[in-house]
Amino acid sequence: MNNKQKTINLKINGEFYEFEIGEKDWQIRPHHTLSHTLREILNLTGTKISCDDGACGACTVIMDGKAVLSCLILTVECDGKEITTIEGLKDPKTGELDLLQKKFIEHNAFQCGFCTPGMIMSSKALLEKTQHPTEEEIKEALSGNFCRCISYYQVIKAVKAALNERR
Amino acid sequence: MAEMFSYIGKPIPRKDSKDIVTGEIKYLDDLKFQNLLYGKVLRSPHAHAKIKKVNKEKALNLKGVKAILTWEDIPDFRGGTPRIVRVLDNKVRYVGDAVALVAATSSEIAEEALNLIEVEYEVLPAVFDIDSALKPGAPALYDEYPDNILPGGTIIYGPNCLKGVTRGDVEKGFREADVITEGTFGYENIPNALPPETVGAIALWEEPNKVTLWATTQAPYMDKVTLFHVFNRQLDIRSIGVHCGGSFGTKIMCWQVQSYAILLSMATKRPVKVVFTKEEHMANFTLRLSSRINAKVGMKKDGTLTAISGTWYVDTGYYSFTTQAQVAIGSGELMIMAQCPNWDLKNYVVVTNRNASGSIRGFGGQELKCSFIPLLCLAMEKAGLDPFEVLKKNFVKPQGGYYWRDGNWYNFRGIDFSKAMEEGAKRFGWKEKWKGWLKPTAINGNKHRGIGVGVHGNADIGEDTAEAYVQLNYNKTATLFICAVEHGTGQKTNLAKMVAEVLKIHPDNIRLTPADTLVTPFEFGPVGSRGTYAIGSAAINAAEDARQKLLEFAAPKLGAKPEELDTKDGVIFVKNDPKKSISWRAIGNDRTILGFGRFEPDYTMCNCMMTFVEVEVDVETGKIDIIRIVNTTDVGQVIDPLGLEGQLNACLGSAGIDSAIFEETVLDKRTGHILNANLIDYKWRTTAELPEIENVVLETPFSSHRFHAVGVGEIATSPGPSAILMAVSNAIGRWIYEYPITPDKILKALGKISSNKFDTHSNEAFKAMGR
Repeated sequence: MNNKQKTINLKINGEFYEFEIGEKDWQIRPHHTLSHTLREILNLTGTKISCDDGACGACTVIMDGKAVLSCLILTVECDGKEITTIEGLKDPKTGELDLLQKKFIEHNAFQCGFCTPGMIMSSKALLEKTQHPTEEEIKEALSGNFCRCISYYQVIKAVKAALNERR
Repeated sequence: MAEMFSYIGKPIPRKDSKDIVTGEIKYLDDLKFQNLLYGKVLRSPHAHAKIKKVNKEKALNLKGVKAILTWEDIPDFRGGTPRIVRVLDNKVRYVGDAVALVAATSSEIAEEALNLIEVEYEVLPAVFDIDSALKPGAPALYDEYPDNILPGGTIIYGPNCLKGVTRGDVEKGFREADVITEGTFGYENIPNALPPETVGAIALWEEPNKVTLWATTQAPYMDKVTLFHVFNRQLDIRSIGVHCGGSFGTKIMCWQVQSYAILLSMATKRPVKVVFTKEEHMANFTLRLSSRINAKVGMKKDGTLTAISGTWYVDTGYYSFTTQAQVAIGSGELMIMAQCPNWDLKNYVVVTNRNASGSIRGFGGQELKCSFIPLLCLAMEKAGLDPFEVLKKNFVKPQGGYYWRDGNWYNFRGIDFSKAMEEGAKRFGWKEKWKGWLKPTAINGNKHRGIGVGVHGNADIGEDTAEAYVQLNYNKTATLFICAVEHGTGQKTNLAKMVAEVLKIHPDNIRLTPADTLVTPFEFGPVGSRGTYAIGSAAINAAEDARQKLLEFAAPKLGAKPEELDTKDGVIFVKNDPKKSISWRAIGNDRTILGFGRFEPDYTMCNCMMTFVEVEVDVETGKIDIIRIVNTTDVGQVIDPLGLEGQLNACLGSAGIDSAIFEETVLDKRTGHILNANLIDYKWRTTAELPEIENVVLETPFSSHRFHAVGVGEIATSPGPSAILMAVSNAIGRWIYEYPITPDKILKALGKISSNKFDTHSNEAFKAMGR
């Protein structure tokens, strides 16, 4: 965004949005984080805020194919970006769940579920990027996602199961 | 496993699973309200101070600020145990204590208003640990308790609440001992259970005295009870539990944030949301108890315990909510693991000027054991005994017993856990690996390996009352009315499975009401491991009652007696002549068949978890890696295998095993500030460093409810930390007593860096007080 620009355009979960930048109640303020915009403006509350400090991965979304922390990105920086949140994974027409979502259910890969959207988005970005990730690569990709219930073991099983099924 | 079940023990996806993986499930902060205000808390920068004056004027002039409350604006509402903690006071007792509450139209405005409130303090001297709090003449936090010691016992455990353990004759016991060890050991790193979801509440107050409350809570019905007393028994509270983003026992302590939301809603007549930031969550919400024991243990050469005496000092921070309850449970749990005829175990609950400790998974027992087991290790070393054998021998057996929280003695009527322990030892390879005390199992260059074992058991599996209704519907479904929130254990689905098994309809056809005190009967909350037996029994009893009423209703229609009938898949039939049947549709849409179930507490059984660990210590860098963990337990009957697996893997989470190696809350003892109240400086385990975990689960039927199961989830974190201490000591050949064992402690123990002059186990204060 250049300084004079008053609007930004984003594509979120396949839908196009145009936002005004400004200080009014209905506008996107320059200090608003992407996680704030997703949750408070677009009501996409599946993206979670836990530390709000870039440490825990709960707010992970996919931006232009890469897993990013939406609490560390200002919305005004996102002009022209394509973003997928947890709400955008299932098939919009049929409602069919993404393979990863199915495998997370099958393997009970969550307990309280608060970190789960972030876990799934980090896994999704890895699977998009890497055809045959090793277990070490899966662990590395998820190492920024904080889970205190220790769903990690079942998450890794779920991701591996998704990989196996994809093959 | 004798009985065959249709749903119990089968891996059936959790009812909330689809909503969890699609992000559709709503946690507190996801709820939307019209006209909502945002509440924030002004917190004290001082550890101990009197509030001389508060000037709210500038803040009130800020556009969007709707209310500011200080202690002068509200009645004398109090909580805590004893009830001495004002919701807002004219004194602050720790860095972060609430000074003022702000409600505004946005959280940014509320935050800005906090900066405009001017507070004048008279700073007082403060105490930051047990030693300084107990020194004669130490500054007192509460006028009511000038020696900084809170009275023992908690009213909810009854008038004879267990306050310590006195039994037999300790002098005689020590005379009979072959070895005696004595010393002071602590678990004082006050780690944080740290669920990912922070802490908060939304309140809507309505004339004249009604409040509806949505909260991050583990126990919505108990919140109603607690707040009723906080607000001087004048408030009619409807408490609604929301899907909970992790609790680990901590979120039964939300009365303060709930009170803030209620007070701000009373002041503004609008719904008000107060949600703590992560920093507030870490610096102003429940930590583990700080525990230190000064004790003496007597043991015979064969590992038989002859006497345990000593004093347990518990630092609860600036106030207690559940600490006396944790002392009661913790003491009983020590008796469960250390069957001994002679006891004299006293305790003191001490207040200090830091953030409060309280309810966390492990609930007193983990803290006490982490302090006590190192002392027991010294006795086992002296007697030359294998710790696995000693822990197995001394864990409660069917002929044994213990005092429990109400002060009564209970003869144990559970199972012998030796079989599970032996199976775990076999899978771990304990016998092959154990080389003796302070001996590594293997050395490879700088890498020294060692093994350790810990054990824990809790008789809370049948604690507190639970109630439920089950309503049968003519569309062949049933509704379970129960005040249970899902906080990660899969409890709600497990309850549905139990009801489904009784009614012989699929769990998909069981619906659960929201946890709403306006709708459901009383339920204490899924604390400890009571979910399976205590809460489960209420649901089972309600389902059985409903089933009985259904059969009585159908009997005349089928020309049979109720006891001659059965029901399956929504059809009632004569057992001897299944062709004679009617559908549940016969109930009609104008009739309600409602069963009621209640569970009365039963403390005669406990669960058990033994944890084996293998660690690798780099003796050059001091870094510790956990290589392998084997958890072993016997649960009677598995309800949900995948959920159970998750609960046991959780030994690494919520201030569990890792509190032995890197988890700690760092308190600056000069200022009282917590230095690592963020998720970068507070260390937590990531997927990059996962040890191998094996969970061994046996199923020996318990005399609990009709499915013979008991819960075990809570205790997963508890046996591990002391096992790590043992394993690391064995790996490096030197005793290590302090949690967490950060690399510097290893290097100091090995004499590779100079040892710290500051002696954290100073006994001066105890000596001065003659204790």
